Amino acid sequence: MSDKQRITVTVNDQEHDLLVEPRTLALDLLRDELRLTGTHAGCEQGVCGACTILVDGKITRACLMFAVQLDGCSVETVESLGSPDGTMHPIQRAFSENHGLQCGFCTPGMLMVTQELLRREPRPDAETARAAIAGNHCRCTGYQHIVASVCAAGRAMSEAEHQHVDRQDVEHQGARA
Amino acid sequence: MKPAVFSYQSPRTLDEVFGELAEHGSDARVLAGGQSLIRLMNARTETPGVLVDINRIPGLDEVTVEDGVVRIGALVRQRTSEVSPVIREHTPVFSEAGAEVAHVSVRERGTVVGSIAFADPCAELPTALVALDGEIVARSTRGERVIPAEQMFLGPYRTALAEDEMAVEARLPALPTGRTGSAFLEITRRHGELPVCGVASILRLDDDGQITEARISVGAVGDRPQRARAAESALLGRTTDPEVWREAGELAAREIEPRPTVHGSSAYRRHLASVVTRRSLSRAAARALEGAHHV
Repeated sequence: MSDKQRITVTVNDQEHDLLVEPRTLALDLLRDELRLTGTHAGCEQGVCGACTILVDGKITRACLMFAVQLDGCSVETVESLGSPDGTMHPIQRAFSENHGLQCGFCTPGMLMVTQELLRREPRPDAETARAAIAGNHCRCTGYQHIVASVCAAGRAMSEAEHQHVDRQDVEHQGARA
Repeated sequence: MKPAVFSYQSPRTLDEVFGELAEHGSDARVLAGGQSLIRLMNARTETPGVLVDINRIPGLDEVTVEDGVVRIGALVRQRTSEVSPVIREHTPVFSEAGAEVAHVSVRERGTVVGSIAFADPCAELPTALVALDGEIVARSTRGERVIPAEQMFLGPYRTALAEDEMAVEARLPALPTGRTGSAFLEITRRHGELPVCGVASILRLDDDGQITEARISVGAVGDRPQRARAAESALLGRTTDPEVWREAGELAAREIEPRPTVHGSSAYRRHLASVVTRRSLSRAAARALEGAHHV
Protein backbone atom coordinates (compact mmCIF):
# COMPACT_ATOMS: atom_id res chain seq x y z
CA MET A 1 0.00 0.00 0.00
CA SER A 2 1.50 3.29 -1.02
CA ASP A 3 1.38 6.33 1.20
CA LYS A 4 -1.75 8.41 1.35
CA GLN A 5 -1.51 12.01 0.27
CA ARG A 6 -3.21 15.00 1.81
CA ILE A 7 -5.30 17.12 -0.54
CA THR A 8 -7.57 20.11 -0.24
CA VAL A 9 -10.37 20.20 -2.74
CA THR A 10 -13.49 22.32 -3.06
CA VAL A 11 -16.51 20.32 -4.16
CA ASN A 12 -19.73 22.20 -4.88
CA ASP A 13 -18.48 25.19 -2.86
CA GLN A 14 -17.59 23.04 0.14
CA GLU A 15 -13.93 22.66 1.06
CA HIS A 16 -12.64 19.22 2.00
CA ASP A 17 -9.36 18.28 3.57
CA LEU A 18 -8.76 14.64 2.66
CA LEU A 19 -6.25 11.83 2.77
CA VAL A 20 -6.29 9.86 -0.47
CA GLU A 21 -4.50 6.86 -1.80
CA PRO A 22 -2.79 7.90 -5.09
CA ARG A 23 -4.56 5.21 -7.11
CA THR A 24 -8.01 6.45 -6.09
CA LEU A 25 -9.78 7.91 -9.11
CA ALA A 26 -11.50 11.28 -8.82
CA LEU A 27 -14.70 9.38 -9.59
CA ASP A 28 -14.28 7.02 -6.64
CA LEU A 29 -13.35 9.86 -4.28
CA LEU A 30 -16.61 11.60 -5.11
CA ARG A 31 -18.76 8.49 -4.91
CA ASP A 32 -17.15 6.46 -2.13
CA GLU A 33 -15.53 9.03 0.15
CA LEU A 34 -17.78 12.06 -0.28
CA ARG A 35 -20.90 9.96 -0.96
CA LEU A 36 -21.78 12.15 -3.95
CA THR A 37 -23.20 9.28 -5.97
CA GLY A 38 -24.82 11.52 -8.57
CA THR A 39 -21.65 11.20 -10.64
CA HIS A 40 -22.14 7.83 -12.29
CA ALA A 41 -19.49 5.19 -12.93
CA GLY A 42 -20.18 3.90 -16.43
CA CYS A 43 -17.45 2.50 -18.64
CA GLU A 44 -14.56 3.72 -16.44
CA GLN A 45 -12.41 4.04 -19.53
CA GLY A 46 -13.29 7.52 -20.74
CA VAL A 47 -15.79 6.57 -23.39
CA CYS A 48 -19.34 7.00 -22.05
CA GLY A 49 -19.30 10.41 -20.35
CA ALA A 50 -21.57 9.38 -17.44
CA CYS A 51 -18.93 10.51 -14.91
CA THR A 52 -18.49 14.00 -16.41
CA ILE A 53 -17.75 16.66 -13.80
CA LEU A 54 -16.39 20.19 -14.01
CA VAL A 55 -12.86 20.74 -12.70
CA ASP A 56 -12.04 24.45 -12.48
CA GLY A 57 -14.92 24.96 -14.90
CA LYS A 58 -13.68 22.50 -17.52
CA ILE A 59 -15.57 19.36 -18.46
CA THR A 60 -13.61 16.39 -17.23
CA ARG A 61 -14.07 12.64 -17.09
CA ALA A 62 -13.80 11.75 -13.43
CA CYS A 63 -12.69 8.21 -14.34
CA LEU A 64 -9.58 9.52 -16.13
CA MET A 65 -8.17 11.63 -13.32
CA PHE A 66 -6.69 10.68 -9.98
CA ALA A 67 -8.18 12.19 -6.84
CA VAL A 68 -4.73 13.35 -5.77
CA GLN A 69 -4.63 15.54 -8.87
CA LEU A 70 -7.63 17.50 -7.61
CA ASP A 71 -5.50 19.14 -4.90
CA GLY A 72 -6.30 22.86 -4.96
CA CYS A 73 -9.04 22.44 -7.57
CA SER A 74 -12.67 23.44 -7.54
CA VAL A 75 -15.03 20.65 -8.58
CA GLU A 76 -18.67 20.83 -9.58
CA THR A 77 -20.81 17.70 -9.67
CA VAL A 78 -24.42 17.17 -10.60
CA GLU A 79 -25.30 17.71 -6.92
CA SER A 80 -24.44 21.40 -7.44
CA LEU A 81 -27.48 21.83 -9.65
CA GLY A 82 -30.59 21.03 -7.62
CA SER A 83 -31.54 22.16 -4.12
CA PRO A 84 -31.90 19.78 -1.17
CA ASP A 85 -35.59 20.74 -0.91
CA GLY A 86 -36.16 19.19 -4.33
CA THR A 87 -36.30 22.38 -6.36
CA MET A 88 -34.85 21.65 -9.76
CA HIS A 89 -32.21 23.70 -11.54
CA PRO A 90 -33.53 25.15 -14.85
CA ILE A 91 -31.37 22.62 -16.74
CA GLN A 92 -32.91 19.75 -14.79
CA ARG A 93 -36.40 21.18 -15.33
CA ALA A 94 -35.75 21.44 -19.08
CA PHE A 95 -34.67 17.77 -19.20
CA SER A 96 -37.73 16.78 -17.20
CA GLU A 97 -40.17 18.77 -19.33
CA ASN A 98 -38.64 17.70 -22.65
CA HIS A 99 -38.26 13.99 -21.90
CA GLY A 100 -34.47 14.37 -21.96
CA LEU A 101 -34.04 11.18 -19.95
CA GLN A 102 -35.46 7.71 -19.65
CA CYS A 103 -33.39 5.43 -17.40
CA GLY A 104 -31.37 8.40 -16.14
CA PHE A 105 -27.97 6.74 -16.06
CA CYS A 106 -26.31 9.13 -18.50
CA THR A 107 -28.20 12.16 -17.17
CA PRO A 108 -25.66 13.50 -14.64
CA GLY A 109 -23.05 13.68 -17.40
CA MET A 110 -25.50 15.25 -19.82
CA LEU A 111 -26.49 17.88 -17.24
CA MET A 112 -22.88 18.82 -16.46
CA VAL A 113 -21.99 19.09 -20.14
CA THR A 114 -25.03 21.34 -20.58
CA GLN A 115 -24.02 23.46 -17.60
CA GLU A 116 -20.58 24.07 -19.13
CA LEU A 117 -22.01 24.71 -22.59
CA LEU A 118 -24.58 27.28 -21.41
CA ARG A 119 -21.90 29.25 -19.58
CA ARG A 120 -20.04 29.94 -22.83
CA GLU A 121 -22.97 29.66 -25.24
CA PRO A 122 -26.19 30.77 -23.50
CA ARG A 123 -28.54 30.10 -26.43
CA PRO A 124 -27.19 27.07 -28.33
CA ASP A 125 -28.90 25.86 -31.48
CA ALA A 126 -29.53 22.15 -32.05
CA GLU A 127 -26.26 21.64 -33.90
CA THR A 128 -24.21 23.22 -31.10
CA ALA A 129 -26.08 21.16 -28.52
CA ARG A 130 -25.45 18.01 -30.51
CA ALA A 131 -21.72 18.76 -30.72
CA ALA A 132 -21.57 19.43 -26.98
CA ILE A 133 -23.14 16.10 -25.99
CA ALA A 134 -21.23 14.14 -28.65
CA GLY A 135 -18.94 12.62 -26.01
CA ASN A 136 -21.80 11.34 -23.86
CA HIS A 137 -23.57 8.10 -24.57
CA CYS A 138 -27.30 7.59 -24.05
CA ARG A 139 -28.75 4.19 -24.86
CA CYS A 140 -32.41 5.12 -24.26
CA THR A 141 -33.53 8.38 -25.78
CA GLY A 142 -32.02 8.40 -29.25
CA TYR A 143 -30.67 11.86 -28.30
CA GLN A 144 -33.43 13.90 -29.96
CA HIS A 145 -35.07 14.80 -26.67
CA ILE A 146 -31.72 15.50 -25.04
CA VAL A 147 -30.86 18.00 -27.79
CA ALA A 148 -34.29 19.58 -27.32
CA SER A 149 -33.70 19.73 -23.54
CA VAL A 150 -30.32 21.45 -23.90
CA CYS A 151 -31.82 24.08 -26.22
CA ALA A 152 -34.84 24.54 -23.96
CA ALA A 153 -32.58 25.00 -20.92
CA GLY A 154 -30.70 27.71 -22.80
CA ARG A 155 -33.91 29.50 -23.70
CA ALA A 156 -35.34 29.24 -20.18
CA MET A 157 -32.17 30.49 -18.51
CA SER A 158 -31.68 33.35 -20.99
CA GLU A 159 -35.28 34.48 -20.53
CA ALA A 160 -34.99 34.28 -16.75
CA GLU A 161 -31.84 36.37 -17.01
CA HIS A 162 -33.62 39.00 -19.11
CA GLN A 163 -36.57 39.13 -16.75
CA HIS A 164 -34.13 39.59 -13.88
CA VAL A 165 -32.43 42.45 -15.72
CA ASP A 166 -35.84 44.00 -16.57
CA ARG A 167 -36.84 43.82 -12.94
CA GLN A 168 -33.60 45.46 -11.91
CA ASP A 169 -34.25 48.21 -14.46
CA VAL A 170 -37.72 48.79 -13.05
CA GLU A 171 -36.40 48.84 -9.48
CA HIS A 172 -33.59 51.14 -10.55
CA GLN A 173 -35.99 53.52 -12.25
CA GLY A 174 -38.34 53.30 -9.26
CA ALA A 175 -35.50 54.27 -6.95
CA ARG A 176 -34.69 57.26 -9.13
CA ALA A 177 -38.29 58.43 -9.33
CA MET B 1 -12.20 0.49 -10.82
CA LYS B 2 -8.83 0.51 -9.15
CA PRO B 3 -5.44 0.74 -10.83
CA ALA B 4 -2.66 -1.29 -9.24
CA VAL B 5 -0.68 0.36 -6.44
CA PHE B 6 1.95 2.86 -7.53
CA SER B 7 4.16 5.46 -5.94
CA TYR B 8 2.97 8.95 -6.87
CA GLN B 9 5.47 11.73 -7.52
CA SER B 10 4.45 15.27 -8.31
CA PRO B 11 7.69 17.17 -8.91
CA ARG B 12 7.90 20.92 -9.48
CA THR B 13 10.85 20.84 -11.89
CA LEU B 14 11.79 18.89 -15.00
CA ASP B 15 15.12 17.91 -13.49
CA GLU B 16 13.27 16.01 -10.80
CA VAL B 17 11.28 14.20 -13.52
CA PHE B 18 14.48 13.21 -15.33
CA GLY B 19 15.89 12.00 -12.02
CA GLU B 20 12.86 9.78 -11.39
CA LEU B 21 13.00 8.38 -14.92
CA ALA B 22 16.75 7.73 -14.67
CA GLU B 23 16.26 5.92 -11.36
CA HIS B 24 13.18 3.84 -12.20
CA GLY B 25 13.47 3.30 -15.97
CA SER B 26 10.64 1.30 -17.49
CA ASP B 27 8.90 1.03 -14.10
CA ALA B 28 8.12 4.76 -14.23
CA ARG B 29 5.56 6.48 -16.44
CA VAL B 30 5.06 10.19 -17.02
CA LEU B 31 1.51 11.36 -16.32
CA ALA B 32 0.41 14.39 -18.35
CA GLY B 33 -3.26 14.43 -19.41
CA GLY B 34 -3.69 10.77 -18.57
CA GLN B 35 -6.48 10.24 -21.09
CA SER B 36 -4.77 7.13 -22.46
CA LEU B 37 -2.54 6.14 -19.54
CA ILE B 38 -5.20 6.20 -16.80
CA ARG B 39 -7.58 4.24 -19.02
CA LEU B 40 -4.92 1.54 -19.38
CA MET B 41 -4.12 1.69 -15.68
CA ASN B 42 -7.82 1.26 -14.87
CA ALA B 43 -7.79 -1.91 -16.95
CA ARG B 44 -4.41 -2.86 -15.40
CA THR B 45 -2.92 -3.15 -18.86
CA GLU B 46 -0.40 -0.63 -17.52
CA THR B 47 0.91 -1.11 -13.99
CA PRO B 48 3.75 1.39 -13.48
CA GLY B 49 5.43 1.26 -10.09
CA VAL B 50 6.12 4.99 -10.18
CA LEU B 51 3.86 7.62 -11.68
CA VAL B 52 5.54 10.96 -12.32
CA ASP B 53 2.82 13.62 -12.58
CA ILE B 54 4.14 16.63 -14.53
CA ASN B 55 0.98 18.72 -14.14
CA ARG B 56 2.44 20.92 -11.38
CA ILE B 57 5.53 21.92 -13.34
CA PRO B 58 5.35 25.54 -14.47
CA GLY B 59 6.23 26.72 -17.97
CA LEU B 60 5.27 23.61 -19.93
CA ASP B 61 1.88 24.84 -21.11
CA GLU B 62 2.98 27.38 -23.68
CA VAL B 63 2.59 27.60 -27.45
CA THR B 64 5.23 29.85 -28.98
CA VAL B 65 6.66 30.60 -32.41
CA GLU B 66 10.36 31.05 -32.94
CA ASP B 67 12.10 31.36 -36.32
CA GLY B 68 9.11 29.96 -38.14
CA VAL B 69 8.76 26.97 -35.83
CA VAL B 70 5.74 26.44 -33.59
CA ARG B 71 6.75 25.03 -30.21
CA ILE B 72 4.20 23.15 -28.15
CA GLY B 73 5.10 22.42 -24.52
CA ALA B 74 4.48 19.10 -22.81
CA LEU B 75 1.44 20.38 -20.90
CA VAL B 76 -0.36 22.10 -23.76
CA ARG B 77 -3.81 20.50 -23.81
CA GLN B 78 -5.22 19.20 -27.07
CA ARG B 79 -8.14 21.60 -26.73
CA THR B 80 -5.76 24.56 -26.31
CA SER B 81 -3.81 23.49 -29.39
CA GLU B 82 -6.95 22.95 -31.44
CA VAL B 83 -8.24 26.49 -30.85
CA SER B 84 -4.82 28.23 -30.74
CA PRO B 85 -4.74 31.09 -33.30
CA VAL B 86 -0.95 30.65 -33.57
CA ILE B 87 -1.20 26.98 -34.52
CA ARG B 88 -4.13 27.67 -36.84
CA GLU B 89 -2.14 30.36 -38.63
CA HIS B 90 1.15 28.51 -39.06
CA THR B 91 0.19 24.83 -39.14
CA PRO B 92 -3.56 24.65 -39.84
CA VAL B 93 -3.45 20.93 -40.61
CA PHE B 94 -2.47 20.34 -36.97
CA SER B 95 -5.57 22.25 -35.78
CA GLU B 96 -7.76 20.35 -38.20
CA ALA B 97 -6.40 16.99 -37.04
CA GLY B 98 -6.69 18.11 -33.41
CA ALA B 99 -10.41 18.78 -33.75
CA GLU B 100 -10.92 15.09 -34.59
CA VAL B 101 -9.29 13.75 -31.43
CA ALA B 102 -11.89 12.00 -29.24
CA HIS B 103 -14.31 14.46 -27.59
CA VAL B 104 -13.97 17.88 -26.01
CA SER B 105 -13.89 16.52 -22.46
CA VAL B 106 -10.92 14.32 -23.39
CA ARG B 107 -9.18 17.13 -25.30
CA GLU B 108 -9.56 19.50 -22.33
CA ARG B 109 -7.14 17.29 -20.37
CA GLY B 110 -5.25 15.25 -22.94
CA THR B 111 -1.99 16.81 -24.12
CA VAL B 112 -0.51 17.11 -27.61
CA VAL B 113 2.89 15.81 -26.61
CA GLY B 114 1.29 13.02 -24.57
CA SER B 115 -0.63 11.78 -27.59
CA ILE B 116 2.57 11.79 -29.64
CA ALA B 117 4.57 9.97 -26.94
CA PHE B 118 1.78 7.41 -26.53
CA ALA B 119 2.10 6.62 -30.27
CA ASP B 120 -1.24 5.02 -30.94
CA PRO B 121 -0.87 4.08 -34.64
CA CYS B 122 -4.36 5.46 -35.33
CA ALA B 123 -4.03 8.77 -33.49
CA GLU B 124 -4.55 11.98 -35.44
CA LEU B 125 -1.79 14.21 -34.02
CA PRO B 126 1.12 11.85 -34.85
CA THR B 127 -0.18 11.62 -38.43
CA ALA B 128 -0.25 15.42 -38.71
CA LEU B 129 3.19 15.70 -37.06
CA VAL B 130 4.70 13.39 -39.69
CA ALA B 131 3.13 15.40 -42.55
CA LEU B 132 4.51 18.62 -41.09
CA ASP B 133 8.06 17.23 -40.74
CA GLY B 134 7.75 18.03 -37.05
CA GLU B 135 10.19 17.14 -34.32
CA ILE B 136 10.08 15.95 -30.74
CA VAL B 137 12.47 17.31 -28.16
CA ALA B 138 13.53 14.54 -25.78
CA ARG B 139 15.36 15.27 -22.55
CA SER B 140 16.91 13.24 -19.78
CA THR B 141 19.70 13.55 -17.23
CA ARG B 142 21.99 12.72 -20.16
CA GLY B 143 20.98 15.83 -22.08
CA GLU B 144 18.70 16.82 -24.92
CA ARG B 145 18.17 15.52 -28.42
CA VAL B 146 15.75 16.30 -31.21
CA ILE B 147 13.91 13.40 -32.88
CA PRO B 148 12.43 13.94 -36.37
CA ALA B 149 8.79 12.84 -36.54
CA GLU B 150 9.46 10.04 -38.99
CA GLN B 151 12.04 8.53 -36.66
CA MET B 152 9.87 8.97 -33.59
CA PHE B 153 7.30 6.27 -34.32
CA LEU B 154 8.66 2.71 -34.39
CA GLY B 155 5.42 0.77 -34.23
CA PRO B 156 2.20 0.57 -32.24
CA TYR B 157 2.79 2.40 -28.93
CA ARG B 158 6.54 2.28 -29.55
CA THR B 159 8.67 5.39 -29.95
CA ALA B 160 12.33 6.32 -30.20
CA LEU B 161 12.18 7.71 -26.65
CA ALA B 162 14.54 5.90 -24.29
CA GLU B 163 13.25 4.72 -20.91
CA ASP B 164 14.88 7.64 -19.13
CA GLU B 165 13.76 10.28 -21.62
CA MET B 166 10.75 12.54 -21.54
CA ALA B 167 9.23 14.29 -24.56
CA VAL B 168 9.27 17.91 -23.42
CA GLU B 169 8.19 19.70 -26.59
CA ALA B 170 6.77 19.20 -30.07
CA ARG B 171 8.09 21.43 -32.85
CA LEU B 172 6.14 22.14 -36.01
CA PRO B 173 7.79 24.04 -38.87
CA ALA B 174 5.30 26.61 -40.19
CA LEU B 175 3.86 25.91 -43.61
CA PRO B 176 5.10 28.18 -46.39
CA THR B 177 2.86 31.16 -47.07
CA GLY B 178 1.37 31.79 -50.48
CA ARG B 179 -0.25 29.05 -52.51
CA THR B 180 -0.05 26.34 -49.88
CA GLY B 181 -2.96 24.22 -48.77
CA SER B 182 -3.31 21.41 -46.27
CA ALA B 183 -6.02 19.06 -45.12
CA PHE B 184 -6.62 16.34 -42.57
CA LEU B 185 -9.34 13.83 -43.30
CA GLU B 186 -10.31 10.66 -41.52
CA ILE B 187 -12.81 7.83 -41.54
CA THR B 188 -14.08 6.70 -38.14
CA ARG B 189 -16.61 4.02 -37.32
CA ARG B 190 -18.36 6.34 -34.89
CA HIS B 191 -17.96 10.03 -34.14
CA GLY B 192 -15.05 10.69 -31.78
CA GLU B 193 -13.44 7.30 -32.16
CA LEU B 194 -9.96 6.61 -33.45
CA PRO B 195 -9.90 6.56 -37.24
CA VAL B 196 -9.73 3.44 -39.39
CA CYS B 197 -7.79 5.65 -41.78
CA GLY B 198 -6.54 9.23 -41.44
CA VAL B 199 -4.55 11.24 -43.97
CA ALA B 200 -2.79 14.58 -43.59
CA SER B 201 -1.64 16.22 -46.78
CA ILE B 202 0.14 19.41 -47.72
CA LEU B 203 0.40 20.86 -51.24
CA ARG B 204 2.28 23.87 -52.53
CA LEU B 205 1.64 25.33 -55.98
CA ASP B 206 3.59 27.74 -58.15
CA ASP B 207 2.02 30.65 -60.04
CA ASP B 208 1.12 28.38 -62.96
CA GLY B 209 -0.75 26.01 -60.66
CA GLN B 210 1.92 23.29 -60.83
CA ILE B 211 2.65 21.30 -57.71
CA THR B 212 6.08 22.19 -56.31
CA GLU B 213 5.79 20.39 -53.00
CA ALA B 214 3.63 17.51 -51.80
CA ARG B 215 3.53 15.79 -48.43
CA ILE B 216 1.22 12.92 -47.57
CA SER B 217 1.09 11.21 -44.20
CA VAL B 218 -1.10 8.13 -43.89
CA GLY B 219 -2.15 7.12 -40.38
CA ALA B 220 -4.17 4.32 -38.78
CA VAL B 221 -3.80 1.79 -41.58
CA GLY B 222 -0.21 0.77 -40.86
CA ASP B 223 1.60 0.19 -37.58
CA ARG B 224 2.54 3.90 -37.44
CA PRO B 225 1.92 7.06 -39.45
CA GLN B 226 3.99 6.96 -42.62
CA ARG B 227 4.79 9.24 -45.52
CA ALA B 228 3.68 8.09 -48.96
CA ARG B 229 6.91 9.02 -50.72
CA ALA B 230 6.16 7.53 -54.15
CA ALA B 231 2.83 9.35 -54.29
CA GLU B 232 4.51 12.58 -53.18
CA SER B 233 7.16 12.34 -55.94
CA ALA B 234 4.55 11.50 -58.56
CA LEU B 235 2.68 14.70 -57.74
CA LEU B 236 5.59 17.07 -58.41
CA GLY B 237 5.15 19.10 -61.58
CA ARG B 238 1.55 18.00 -62.03
CA THR B 239 -1.45 20.32 -62.04
CA THR B 240 -4.44 20.18 -59.75
CA ASP B 241 -6.76 17.66 -61.32
CA PRO B 242 -9.08 14.95 -59.95
CA GLU B 243 -7.27 12.31 -62.02
CA VAL B 244 -3.97 13.31 -60.38
CA TRP B 245 -5.46 12.85 -56.90
CA ARG B 246 -6.82 9.45 -57.90
CA GLU B 247 -3.41 8.29 -59.13
CA ALA B 248 -1.70 9.58 -55.99
CA GLY B 249 -4.26 7.81 -53.82
CA GLU B 250 -3.59 4.52 -55.54
CA LEU B 251 0.17 4.96 -55.24
CA ALA B 252 -0.15 5.80 -51.54
CA ALA B 253 -2.30 2.71 -50.95
CA ARG B 254 0.38 0.52 -52.52
CA GLU B 255 3.13 1.97 -50.32
CA ILE B 256 1.57 1.08 -47.01
CA GLU B 257 1.27 -2.24 -45.22
CA PRO B 258 -2.23 -2.26 -43.75
CA ARG B 259 -2.84 -4.22 -40.57
CA PRO B 260 -5.95 -6.35 -40.56
CA THR B 261 -8.01 -5.64 -37.44
CA VAL B 262 -11.59 -6.15 -36.32
CA HIS B 263 -12.30 -2.74 -37.82
CA GLY B 264 -11.28 -3.73 -41.31
CA SER B 265 -9.35 -6.23 -43.40
CA SER B 266 -6.05 -5.30 -45.05
CA ALA B 267 -7.79 -4.94 -48.40
CA TYR B 268 -10.45 -2.65 -46.96
CA ARG B 269 -7.87 -0.47 -45.25
CA ARG B 270 -5.80 -0.26 -48.42
CA HIS B 271 -8.92 0.85 -50.27
CA LEU B 272 -9.63 3.45 -47.58
CA ALA B 273 -6.06 4.77 -47.79
CA SER B 274 -6.52 5.33 -51.51
CA VAL B 275 -9.87 7.10 -51.14
CA VAL B 276 -8.97 9.22 -48.10
CA THR B 277 -5.65 10.27 -49.68
CA ARG B 278 -7.48 11.33 -52.85
CA ARG B 279 -10.03 13.38 -50.91
CA SER B 280 -7.43 14.90 -48.62
CA LEU B 281 -5.31 16.03 -51.60
CA SER B 282 -8.32 17.43 -53.37
CA ARG B 283 -9.23 19.50 -50.32
CA ALA B 284 -5.64 20.66 -49.76
CA ALA B 285 -5.44 21.73 -53.44
CA ALA B 286 -8.68 23.70 -53.22
CA ARG B 287 -7.26 25.53 -50.22
CA ALA B 288 -3.92 26.15 -51.97
CA LEU B 289 -5.78 27.65 -54.91
CA GLU B 290 -7.57 30.00 -52.56
CA GLY B 291 -4.08 31.31 -51.85
CA ALA B 292 -4.04 31.10 -48.08
CA HIS B 293 -4.15 28.42 -45.46
CA HIS B 294 -7.55 27.48 -44.28
CA VAL B 295 -8.81 24.99 -41.80
